[in-house]
Amino acid sequence: MTIFNHYSSLFYSGFGYTLLASLIALVASLVLGTLFALLQLSKKRLWSGLGNAYVQFFRNVPLLIITLFFYLAVAKVIKMTGFVAGTVALSLYTSAFIAESVRAGILSIDKGQMEGALANGLSYGQAMRVIVLPQAFKVAIPSLGNQFINLVKNSSILAFVGGLDLMYQGNLVAASSFDTFTSYIIVGIFYLVLTLPLSYGMQYLEERLQGNR
Amino acid sequence: MNDFLNALTPDNLGYLMQGLWITVAVSVLSIVVSFILGSVIGIVMFEKIPYFSSLVGTLNNIVRNLPLLLIIFFTYFALPQIGIRLPVFWSTVVAMSFFEAAMLSEIIRGGLDSIDKGQFEGARSTGMSNRQTMMYIILPQAYKKMIPPLISQLISLVKDTSLASGIVLADLTFRGQVVYAQNSHYIVPILVFMTFCYFIANYLLSLLAKRLDRRLA
Repeated sequence: MTIFNHYSSLFYSGFGYTLLASLIALVASLVLGTLFALLQLSKKRLWSGLGNAYVQFFRNVPLLIITLFFYLAVAKVIKMTGFVAGTVALSLYTSAFIAESVRAGILSIDKGQMEGALANGLSYGQAMRVIVLPQAFKVAIPSLGNQFINLVKNSSILAFVGGLDLMYQGNLVAASSFDTFTSYIIVGIFYLVLTLPLSYGMQYLEERLQGNR
Repeated sequence: MNDFLNALTPDNLGYLMQGLWITVAVSVLSIVVSFILGSVIGIVMFEKIPYFSSLVGTLNNIVRNLPLLLIIFFTYFALPQIGIRLPVFWSTVVAMSFFEAAMLSEIIRGGLDSIDKGQFEGARSTGMSNRQTMMYIILPQAYKKMIPPLISQLISLVKDTSLASGIVLADLTFRGQVVYAQNSHYIVPILVFMTFCYFIANYLLSLLAKRLDRRLA
């Protein structure tokens, strides 16, 4: 407890950066993921091939490697801090998983919905946006929720590139207080404050959605 | 192009390949241990033993919701403080297995939940014991259904072994860092090479998953 009192400002600022990185990556990966899901489902071979390649690539490569790539290689061309590099990598990495969830959601929607919308005179884009995607997101909620929990946990990758996040500050506190055990326990509690409500909320939503069916 | 040839000399390649070997060893050991441990935890949560199951479920939820990086650091840096001192290799295996067991157990419980009750009742009424029912009737069916999520979890396990480079496990990622630390021109070639290695390993796993899925479905 004395450790927490002594270093509380570090923990809070780390918590803030973790929250910030998670929120930015959440929005960015949701947008990118939806775009790539639509690309994957495109009838043009070139687009669907591109979408598939993107998803396969980011799903099969460690987040750490992607982060290091942005921090060490891309940052030489475009100046960016560790926080930015980590958040960009986190967004791209998560977007591949979100694309998969959204794609599965879209595929689960009955074809008749799209056909009906097109028959009513909506364009493909309109039909997708107004009719299919809202239903698809509802189906995808449980798996999207899991991806968001993973995203918060994966944001600890920022610690590798000096991203000022919770894990980074935890390492600093552990090194300067010599009480590694307590420091990491405090870091763990902070992460749980973010992830546990998400996880239990997801379980609750899932049960309710199952009840509706 | 020259940078690629300079970075990937036979010496460096050999050094990196030894790292790949460590990555594979950590992955395989963690997969085996976490699969067994995860099955046990999954069955305990599924069986709904009063108090015990919900206690295990809660602890499981806590582990699942922590970053793996924190667990790896905790195992290596914090446990020695209470007298548990493990070499870096085993420390990684323990941390990975512990975390992945929690992730897998949730998949396994879900798979068990999806099996029809009639399967239990049928097996029990033909005179099989509880354990026999589980071993020969329920688990084989459940594992079949779980293959896609299990494999994607295993793929993330292989990717996550790269986090252990943070505690200086001499795996592929760490050795890559050592090589490009000599010369900053090597950064891109080495990162591309590492990407290639991880991608191939995981892509093979996902192909295996597809084949298994088609065969068993």
